[in-house]
Amino acid sequence: MMADTFPTAFLFLAAALLVPLLPGGRLRGALLLAVPAFALWQIWSLPEGALFATRFFGFELELMRVDSLSRPFAAVFALAALLGNIYAWHLRDTLQQVAALLYAGAAIGAVFAGDLLSLFFYWEGTAVASVFLIWARRTEGAYHSGMRYLLVQVGSGVLLLAGIALMWRETGDIAFGGMRLESPASWLILLGFGIKAAFPLLHNWLPDAYPAATVTGTVFLSAFTTKMAIYALARGFAGTELLLPVGVVMALFPIPFALIENDLRRVLSYSLNSQLGFMVAGIGIGSEMALNGTVAHALASVLYQGLLFMAVGAVLYRTGTVRASELGGLFRTMPATAALSLVGAASIAAFPLFSGFVTKAMIVDQAAYAGLPLVWGALVLAGVGTLFHSAIRVPLAAFFAADSARRPKEAPGHMLLAMGGAAALSVAIGVFPGAFYALLPYPVDYAPYTVGHVVGQMQLILFGMFAFALMMRLGALPPAERAVYLDTDWLWRRLLAGLAARVGGGLAAAGVAAGGFGRRQAESLVRRLYRSHGPEGRMARVWPTGAMVIWVAVLLAVTLILDFL
Amino acid sequence: MSVSDGGQVLTLAGHLPILPVVVPFMAAPLVVVLGARRLAWPIAFAASLSALAVSVALLLQVLEGGGVSYHIGGWAPPLGIEYRIDAASALMLVLISGLSTTVLPFARRSLAHELEARRHMLFYAAWLLCVSGLMGMVASGDAFNIFVFLEISSLSTYALVASGAGRDRRALTAAYDYLIMGTIGATFFVIGIGFLYAATGTLNMAELAVIIGENGTDRTIQTAFAFIVVGMGLKVAVYPLHLWLPGAYTHAPSVVSAFLAGTATKAAVYVLLRFMFTVFRPEYLFEVRALEVIMLPLALVAMFAASVIAIFQRNLKRMLAYSSIAQIGYILLGIGFLSQTGLAAAVIHLFNHGITKAALFMGVGALLLRADTPFHDRIVGLGRRMPLTGFAMVIAGLSLIGVPGTAGFVSKWLLVQAALEKGWWPFALAVVGSSLLAVIYVWRMIEVLYLQEPEEGGRAEAPLSMLVPLWTVTAATVYFGLATGLTLGAAQSAAEGLMSGFIPVAGEGGGG
Repeated sequence: MMADTFPTAFLFLAAALLVPLLPGGRLRGALLLAVPAFALWQIWSLPEGALFATRFFGFELELMRVDSLSRPFAAVFALAALLGNIYAWHLRDTLQQVAALLYAGAAIGAVFAGDLLSLFFYWEGTAVASVFLIWARRTEGAYHSGMRYLLVQVGSGVLLLAGIALMWRETGDIAFGGMRLESPASWLILLGFGIKAAFPLLHNWLPDAYPAATVTGTVFLSAFTTKMAIYALARGFAGTELLLPVGVVMALFPIPFALIENDLRRVLSYSLNSQLGFMVAGIGIGSEMALNGTVAHALASVLYQGLLFMAVGAVLYRTGTVRASELGGLFRTMPATAALSLVGAASIAAFPLFSGFVTKAMIVDQAAYAGLPLVWGALVLAGVGTLFHSAIRVPLAAFFAADSARRPKEAPGHMLLAMGGAAALSVAIGVFPGAFYALLPYPVDYAPYTVGHVVGQMQLILFGMFAFALMMRLGALPPAERAVYLDTDWLWRRLLAGLAARVGGGLAAAGVAAGGFGRRQAESLVRRLYRSHGPEGRMARVWPTGAMVIWVAVLLAVTLILDFL
Repeated sequence: MSVSDGGQVLTLAGHLPILPVVVPFMAAPLVVVLGARRLAWPIAFAASLSALAVSVALLLQVLEGGGVSYHIGGWAPPLGIEYRIDAASALMLVLISGLSTTVLPFARRSLAHELEARRHMLFYAAWLLCVSGLMGMVASGDAFNIFVFLEISSLSTYALVASGAGRDRRALTAAYDYLIMGTIGATFFVIGIGFLYAATGTLNMAELAVIIGENGTDRTIQTAFAFIVVGMGLKVAVYPLHLWLPGAYTHAPSVVSAFLAGTATKAAVYVLLRFMFTVFRPEYLFEVRALEVIMLPLALVAMFAASVIAIFQRNLKRMLAYSSIAQIGYILLGIGFLSQTGLAAAVIHLFNHGITKAALFMGVGALLLRADTPFHDRIVGLGRRMPLTGFAMVIAGLSLIGVPGTAGFVSKWLLVQAALEKGWWPFALAVVGSSLLAVIYVWRMIEVLYLQEPEEGGRAEAPLSMLVPLWTVTAATVYFGLATGLTLGAAQSAAEGLMSGFIPVAGEGGGG
């Protein structure tokens, strides 16, 4: 069914090809803004349905499945690309501009993919495009972080592909729809999704890579990859009970890290991870309202999380650091950035009249309706944690708190414009929830502004702020120090590596495949291979002609014997 | 080709099958006889271009209306020499003449840098002979005629490889080694043909197939099979018989490596296919299972051992040479599956790997303008100084790995499908595993080209006359990775033809 439309992703890909040819400056900047703006309009005005099918190796590929689930995600991705490009207006780095466009295009393409194969292509596309946003920082550390990030991301794609191949063999169908965790195929696919959604223990790439990217790169990174995975989970695994505990753990465990971490962009990375936990739990609940809540929360979080990353990014841009221990008191010279960051803080903390309030409650309430008191309690607790680390700690450390005697200039105008846009939308969602709810996949019958809700949430927030103040007064909060906090990285890089080295043999081989655990075994294997296959090795030596004649004779003899038998 | 244009075109159309062989063949002595250094390149290019045009016309004709048979001198087949063009041979003709036509413009500057000017004339003559020989191997339907063309192409190849001696004296030993080993291979091949002639009394391949089909096989024919497979296997560079290849590709001038890697081994694979499937017939092959016992293990060994060797190489050209051996392993794997999908995978990989490797060797040729040797430590950071060259090599490298969207992916995908079709999933895993090794050696290339600081800065891009051919072939690897209709269609109809013996011939032509 070919219609007079073209895949939105192609628009970004074409623009990415065009960008290097344009002179850097206003013309290029205009293109970078026009593309997501046009995409936003296109996504908005498309009819629903399967709009662009193509054939590839006998597979029917559906590149434009527009429905009530994919459209909002695609729209918010285009919006994030627009805001991100406004934020990056000052940038004169072709590499980052091209990578950002490709990244956004791939994410939108993935959301519109109607079959698993094109989903896979775009899935890997986001991985490859986004790593350049990290490498573009051009430091040694960024290079290594980027390598680790790429390894994990491509690994996720490989798992996905393996799952798709198995599924295709089992069912002969590669359409992307709801799946059940019955066969190894769907487990592999879930694992592939889970890596990008930063499931607990699979999350280490996120706080590792996001703080390593460039100022503007982190803003793009925070918007696309994880939300794309949330979309994929919502499409494929809605109502999978396993996702309930996963989501709850995911919402809770990053909190301590976010409270002690010194690098503010890493704090926000953990906070992002915790927000994803809410969404995963919502998908696990699986009711229509819970899915509505998940989508709503994903859309809102793209905006407020982006806003926070932008504010912290502006601080990095002006001062050259985002270490909590080296910042403070910046509100004196960056008042607008400070104010906008507070809007982001209010949104993420679910303050009434801000976006988080009208979205998070949908998920949390559904947990209660579904008779899951533990989930409900955990999510409420995670909400308080969010309040601590993101809403209070980040603005406090950067803009208020003890004066660091830094007097940077206010953020540049285009950054303020981008932040202002995100802030305005966050407020608009909070103030006019009805209009926002109309965008969600299912009809919404939910009133966020009831007395009970508002009062309950205000109590929670006020109590939380009180507790935070008390803890600060009593010195119970860990001080922000220049330190490296080990996450479960330790598990992957040390414990498992040690175990693998000791157990050796088979386990080590599996470990090598999974990412460099049995380093020692691998090294000795490489050394042995080098001895035999290296330039001076037996296999690669320049042999005398006679040796080959012997081989010819041997082969002839074998062939003859086989023929005569 | 349209027939309604008049008598002239009609006659020419009748002679199409022989033109791609004869034109370069006649042009070669012309280059030498005229003796004008300035005319050598234009003549070679014109001959190559017209061969390409005719080959494309033939391919279109064959895809539309089935095979073409042409009788040289008007002598009927069993006695006279027959040329037979079907989908597989037409695709090979296009590949050979197309690569020659694309690489020749590249050769101008590259040779000026790598070869003394006084040898250029002879170089182009040898080049044309090589093209003609390869085209003849593919087009001919007569067993002995194939041997003749094999020798023509081989002898000129030895000369082409040896012409690298001006830069690197080791080219001489490499050419000498190749000469000895190639001659052994050709001798085995001709011994095999001799046995066949003794057993059947004919040299025409169609006739041979019929007689073997009617009378069944005996010891003589089985011996012939062994000799032909081993002899051609040497020219193909089947794994333990590959020892001539790394030296030849490394020390030859870059243009020669680019052309040979894309065509010489591929033409030999084609001849091997022809004999295995149309002369000896699949039924006979299924009986002896020689393929499963010999070819599959050797293919696997090639895929892994040669890839590992490639990883450890410190010389870019040598690394590409070993990668070629590994890629030949894929082709043999496809043949060894003995299924239509497997054969289609082999045929399409012939083509796809041909263009991919040609692009990479051309890239090396461009790098050599700025570095004295292709050793890794001499080309560090050159990708930054030569961004267009470097980027083309990256894309071709991705195709070598088999990344979706490139030509390499299409053939590997088909290969994996063929393995799964048979239910041999370990082979499918092996294909993927060996591709992972390719990731490592391609990554090493990228690392050397990009991730280290160049020794001296400054942009030093290759001239346009090299970039255009390089990018033409690179673009082709992407084009054939996305638009798979032409290659896939040709490969599938070629595989179908091979599996079913000879395709019935639509139009017979002949004449003076």
